[in-house]
Amino acid sequence: MSKQQWTDTALAKALERGKERKSFTSTSDFPVERLSTPEDVHTDYETAIGYPGQYPFTRGVQPTMYRGKLWTMRQYAGFSTAEESNRRYKYLLEQGQTGLSVAFDLPTQIGYDSDDPVATGEIGRVGVAIDSMKDMEILFDGIPMDKVSTSMTINAPAAILLAFYIAAAEKQGVPPDKLQGTIQNDILKEYSARGTYIFPPAPSMRLVTNLFAYCSANTPQWNTISISGYHMREAGCTAAQEIAFTLADGIAYVEAALKAGMDVDDFAGRLAFFYASHNNLLEEVAKFRAARRLWAKIMKERFRARKERSMMMRFHTQTAGCTLTAQQPDNNIVRVAVQSLAAVLGGTQSLHTNSKDEALALPSEETVRIALRTQQIIACESGVADTIDPLAGSYYVESLTDRLQEKAEAYIARIDDMGGAVKAIELGFIQREITESAYEYQKAVETKEQVVVGQNQFIMEKVPVGGLLTIDPETAAFQVRKVTDVRKNRDNAAAREKLAVLRAAAATDDTNLMPLILDCARIYCTEGEICNELRAEFGEYRATEVL
Amino acid sequence: MAERKIRILIAKPGLDGHDRGAKVIARALRDAGYEVIYTGLRQSPEQIAAAAVSEDVDAVGISVLSGAHGYLFPRIIELLREQGADDILVFGGGIIPDADIPVLKAAGVAELFTPGTPLADIINFLRERYPE
Repeated sequence: MSKQQWTDTALAKALERGKERKSFTSTSDFPVERLSTPEDVHTDYETAIGYPGQYPFTRGVQPTMYRGKLWTMRQYAGFSTAEESNRRYKYLLEQGQTGLSVAFDLPTQIGYDSDDPVATGEIGRVGVAIDSMKDMEILFDGIPMDKVSTSMTINAPAAILLAFYIAAAEKQGVPPDKLQGTIQNDILKEYSARGTYIFPPAPSMRLVTNLFAYCSANTPQWNTISISGYHMREAGCTAAQEIAFTLADGIAYVEAALKAGMDVDDFAGRLAFFYASHNNLLEEVAKFRAARRLWAKIMKERFRARKERSMMMRFHTQTAGCTLTAQQPDNNIVRVAVQSLAAVLGGTQSLHTNSKDEALALPSEETVRIALRTQQIIACESGVADTIDPLAGSYYVESLTDRLQEKAEAYIARIDDMGGAVKAIELGFIQREITESAYEYQKAVETKEQVVVGQNQFIMEKVPVGGLLTIDPETAAFQVRKVTDVRKNRDNAAAREKLAVLRAAAATDDTNLMPLILDCARIYCTEGEICNELRAEFGEYRATEVL
Repeated sequence: MAERKIRILIAKPGLDGHDRGAKVIARALRDAGYEVIYTGLRQSPEQIAAAAVSEDVDAVGISVLSGAHGYLFPRIIELLREQGADDILVFGGGIIPDADIPVLKAAGVAELFTPGTPLADIINFLRERYPE
């Protein structure tokens, strides 16, 4: 029997008896197939799906996947001071977390010291305040930097924070080539979604590629960028747009590095990616598979990469913060479990699980522990990690993988026509697409076409939530004292000299700034001082607002 | 003469980059018939108060998700008062813990809308303040 025959007979009869509940649409705006059959899968197994660890990597980047090594359980954490966050990291490591992920406060992310007036009210609020190498030493006190892998969510001033990290490791006796981890260093999504930009695109891209070149020679185990769709998805885009905008940004970085004279196979293997995982489990699994296959194709066909490693899309996943509800927060544990399952079935290399209280505050020790346990239950009890890419061959998942890839490729072609991702951002195209999707989603929530359990349906009387994390009001004053002491106790003549050298090099186009920033870091120049030199030379980015 | 539309400034103070909520609300208020001006990111309290006065707005809606609300809201209200613009209604939203809400209201914030609030509630709040 063909699908058409079934549709005309058995299905037609059933639909006569009763209509379906509603029309079914994926979050990426295409109708969800009622039933997928072999007729819906047009891909050739060998060329389009293939084997894990081999081009086009649809089934995963390693031949053994989680049978060899589980994904890295990496909770994004940081608040208040380096002292407080160091205690949280040690707690997480004791609880079985396998990698660290540093959240910085907003002044640090935007290149201001804690005593800058702009920092008022923001110190230590959304992450840890790091003003100089001194804070980085405290943050990793008692944590062996040659053993732990660290991810740092820092973008506009990525080179500076990486310099603090390298310099602090040197003080622990750990040379740069032993360091393992990732620096986000993805400025493009800051312009299109996340908002912590400092400099205009051209000098920002220079800092990105300077870091690529430095790390390629000095820190071979370090991922030099985490090309992020997460924040664009959080800002409201769909799954298909998330693939498209992320890979379009990826293309822009590869082009910038090639233009700076690097060989594709010298840096592409250290590019990492970062995605969100949402509630629509099958669409998310298909998204990860489609993105992996598409990136491999781009690297092979567009950029003529030769090494297989250059074609692998290795990625971190975070469960979707924007799906968490402030109402009935316990329900968020279930959302996080579904989203984590999607990430694991999609073959993620590392995972952050959100805590149930994150629509209300930064997570407490208790809630972050539940989030970590969620990963551990999936890893050790669910059995989904025992076999590789188990949803492959599902008629629905394979057809959805194809459709998501097609939709993403169509977007990338449009962005190419505009002149690439940087141009598309300057034109406001990506921002407009994201804002439009966010508004459409909100309207669907308003009409309850999109149900959010506990928020627009199955509503209960509000119960006060206890045990939320609060930031000690003394944090700001403590941090200001610390940075003042750092400036007092260092060799200020040397600091002035190294900052002047950096400024002069920034004025030229061809000097790699990374070693000069490292010189400044080692003698306790502060983040704000280093950034101010660069601001003076590069200027600051002014966004054109898109509504 | 056409009746003057109610003008609302949607503002993102401080260093917070989370503007999904601010933009969605700006769009919704515009669709509801208000004249909406959006400041964009990273505006200082001084810039926001100055914009509110020079744009002659009736209300300012402030969005803060970074935890800096305890400083930013009262500071903007203080600056509006200093400029004799305390007739401008100040409301807002974001990740604002319940415990902080009475403190901000005492400082002069008319209403706070926390995550999950239907857009209709915000529009109703403004309709009550500014009946047609």
